[in-house]
Amino acid sequence: MALDNKIPQGPIASKWTDYKNHINLINPANKRNIDVIIVGTGLAGGSAAATLAELGYNVKAFCYQDSPRRAHSIAAQGGINAAKNYQGDGDSIYRLFYETVKGGDYRSREANVHRLAEVSVNIIDQCVAQGVPLAREYGGLLDNRSFGGTQVSRTFYAKGQTGQQLLLGAYSAMNRQIGRGKIKMYNRHEMLDVVIVNGKARGIIARNLVTGEIERHSAHAVVIATGGYGNVFFLSTNAMGSNVTAAWKAHKRGAYFANPCYTQIHPTCIPVTGDHQSKLTLMSESLRNDGRIWVPKKLEDAQAIREGKLKATQIAEADRDYYLERRYPSFGNLVPRDVASRAAKERCDAGFGVNATGEAVYLDFASAIDRYGKEQARIHHLDENDAKLVYDLGKKVVENKYGNLFQMYYKIVDEDPYTTPMMIYPAVHYTMGGVWVDYNLMTTIEGCYCLGEANFSDHGANRLGASALMQGLADGYFVLPYTIGDYLSKDIRTGKISTDTPEFEEAENNVRSMIDHLMNNKGEHSVDYFHKKLGKIMWNKVGMARNAQGLTEAMDEIAALREDFYKNVKVSGKAESFNQELEKALRVADFLELGELFAKDALHREESCGGHFREEHQTEEGEAKRDDENFSYVAAWEYKGNPREAILHKESLVYENIKMVTRSYK
Amino acid sequence: MNLTLKIWRQKNAKDKGQMVDYKIGGIEPDMSFLEMLDVLNNELVEKGDDPVAFDHDCREGICGMCSLFINGEAHGPDRGITTCQLHMRKFKDGDTIYIEPFRAKAFPVIKDLVVDRSSFDRIQHAGGFISVNTSGNTQDANNIPIKKHDADRAFDAATCIGCGACVASCKNSSAMLFVSAKVSQFALLPQGRVEATERVLNMVEAMDQEGFGNCTNTGACEVECPKGISLENIARMNREYLAASVK
Ligand SMILES: Cc1cc2nc3c(=O)[nH]c(=O)nc-3n(C[C@H](O)[C@H](O)[C@H](O)COP(=O)(O)OP(=O)(O)OC[C@H]3O[C@@H](n4cnc5c(N)ncnc54)[C@H](O)[C@@H]3O)c2cc1C
Ligand code: SF4
Ligand code: FES
Repeated sequence: MALDNKIPQGPIASKWTDYKNHINLINPANKRNIDVIIVGTGLAGGSAAATLAELGYNVKAFCYQDSPRRAHSIAAQGGINAAKNYQGDGDSIYRLFYETVKGGDYRSREANVHRLAEVSVNIIDQCVAQGVPLAREYGGLLDNRSFGGTQVSRTFYAKGQTGQQLLLGAYSAMNRQIGRGKIKMYNRHEMLDVVIVNGKARGIIARNLVTGEIERHSAHAVVIATGGYGNVFFLSTNAMGSNVTAAWKAHKRGAYFANPCYTQIHPTCIPVTGDHQSKLTLMSESLRNDGRIWVPKKLEDAQAIREGKLKATQIAEADRDYYLERRYPSFGNLVPRDVASRAAKERCDAGFGVNATGEAVYLDFASAIDRYGKEQARIHHLDENDAKLVYDLGKKVVENKYGNLFQMYYKIVDEDPYTTPMMIYPAVHYTMGGVWVDYNLMTTIEGCYCLGEANFSDHGANRLGASALMQGLADGYFVLPYTIGDYLSKDIRTGKISTDTPEFEEAENNVRSMIDHLMNNKGEHSVDYFHKKLGKIMWNKVGMARNAQGLTEAMDEIAALREDFYKNVKVSGKAESFNQELEKALRVADFLELGELFAKDALHREESCGGHFREEHQTEEGEAKRDDENFSYVAAWEYKGNPREAILHKESLVYENIKMVTRSYK
Repeated sequence: MNLTLKIWRQKNAKDKGQMVDYKIGGIEPDMSFLEMLDVLNNELVEKGDDPVAFDHDCREGICGMCSLFINGEAHGPDRGITTCQLHMRKFKDGDTIYIEPFRAKAFPVIKDLVVDRSSFDRIQHAGGFISVNTSGNTQDANNIPIKKHDADRAFDAATCIGCGACVASCKNSSAMLFVSAKVSQFALLPQGRVEATERVLNMVEAMDQEGFGNCTNTGACEVECPKGISLENIARMNREYLAASVK
């Protein structure tokens, strides 16, 4: 099937408006006869569910947690971008559009990104109207900060809990509709297959996680908003339950999977301490506004630190290597995430790491505390030469800005980050790849839509900070409600979709036989055993730096591990009851397929771009080297029974409004 | 570390349930409490036993999914944290640790340590929102300036993660801290004032219907709340409720 991205004609700045002016509308009486299934109630799914319900559709929403309020979006710390230019520092829709395309290393779709920048402005208004308590200045107006990869202050935030507050906003909008009966919420339900009738998505098969019952649900359209698949690495900043299952099942039913290898590695996470570790914790990137990143200049100092003979605070200023400020003078500590991550790896690989495992660098707030302290002293006419006073005043400012992050760090590491620099290291964070969608957010299955982190659309190869929340809410509040309406306008006479059809039967049997196999397997290892092994292969060979040999090996190793999984996994308990091992087993089974496609995609992309770094393709200074001539396309994979056999379809990326240049943050 | 765990096991909502003893070794101080349970579960699964069910997701103190009553305290012995943020360095070699679910009539057990906290959702359905259309046609966000002091207090109330520790640690199983945090968040913002009267009446009514107990101002909730939600919110809700009742 040829890929049609359905981008509307016309100048970029008016595409979306023109589009909206010409789509078909549905009269409210008819909307009442249309059902929409939304799988996932994070920022993307939650905002979509609330909006579609408000428009009058019957929405059935699903999530695997016990409440929509717990979706993984809640963990986002740093902030959300919007081109409001409240600070008057030169921001505009065009600039946000431009920087997002550039930040994505020219691997995202222009028209989508421009639309994102346009609606970003509405998101903030919407959230504030819903009672989301975004940070304010003393004058009562909204406050902004800047984030990695940009030079304007366009990030709105709520301390270090932006995701929580935005999600609670979407959740409250959902609550209003649940109360009115317009959304039927299915908590603790997991989608395990999508049902296709006459080429159209018409329902899902879900497992009630409390009773273990397998249920059929029908609708006129299915929306998948199930988040990212970073957990394919086992260790990541994602929640433990984050998974690829719904997206992967759609892929197996005909939805192309795009750019699976684009993974964002986040530079500021708490480093790994041991094998017991179940997840990695992110320290918000906003910390890089004030924190300075360094390692010792001398190898012997680094060694002494690792052995516990020397403390960070004992290293003189002249013996510290602020390597980001050194290598990238114009962006310094605020370079984009891929650049910051690779630079940290480079220093640690060269032997300058500062924790016991040698995989950590410092994030230091001493000079920020000093700077803020002196400023406060001046404001309040106090003695700025009183070191203790300055420290206390400065600490207060830093505490106000990042207090909860510092507390989180302290609880995990048991060291006071106000007095000793934090230790950080890159970790898998966000997946830019996902289900391929057209401009309407429809997948290659008719009537099956995909939103938020689960789709591939807006971030190219390197998502900048604060843009995922923006995309989730843009998709759910402002884009899908139009595009899906246009599609559903053809369905007003269809009537209820029956679940008593061979297609539902087949999909249900498909799910049942998988569960039967897992439950009756006489293996000897737990699900985690396999998941951890997969994670190691992924991190070592498909992680921050990749090469052809490693990727080829990874594909074979993953295939072998998958085989072993089906022979040797052991799932205890019963299928017809609450069974968390079975939940994990079903998710890991899909990761074991995705992992192989992921490596295959990374192998075929013979260039470096954003979050994808092929060692064979780098400049002399070790920077990523793109190949626009040959790789300016989206790689969309069609499922053919085995991830290895997937067929590549290319959607070429044409930049009419932006000149492609080499990214440089020097 | 070697530990003895006494864990509440209950097959399903109807089962009576009982405490069961487990011995576990090789626990590192750097492990989180939930990672310690992962180690136990891994051993149980490899032996073919049913692992201990417990709720968790983000494992970084923000989703509110983890629970657990540990040695008689919601979220365990440390302050200002959730169970996933509790680390084994708070325990000693040879310790015996009691692990139970959050108990309350309005939080029925689903299995082992997992309880059903959907009553919290239902209270929110009754009024935990501002009635604004999600149309994208709202006025500019800076049109209504909000005093930083008020915005900050609304934010403080909004940091509640809906974990239910307040209910579990209250001798009356009252949900006042949770509900008052929600009521306060909206009451402190101009956008939320418009519906404040109906909101507080409806949410309090829903709370009573769910079977939560009364508040007798003991303050145990505030002590155990991982997000430091203050009792002031309860006072504010009571004022709001009183004012709404006489209207
Ligand atoms: C620690 C952290 C910090 C971050 N900070 C920022 C930030 O500061 N700024 C920013 O812009 N972005 C940030 N991000 C990224 C951003 O949070 C996510 O990309 C975004 O929230 C994803 O939203 P979503 O709605 O697509 O998915 P999610 O919020 O992950 O929601 C997924 C939903 O799908 C459901 N689900 C999943 N699988 C199934 C299934 N099979 N069946 C049924 N339901 C299912 C879940 O229950 C959930 O409701 C951060 C991410 C992390 C991990
Ligand atoms: S008030 Fe505190 S203890 Fe109660 S639900 Fe909210 S965060 Fe948890
Ligand atoms: S698992 Fe999310 S708060 Fe503990």
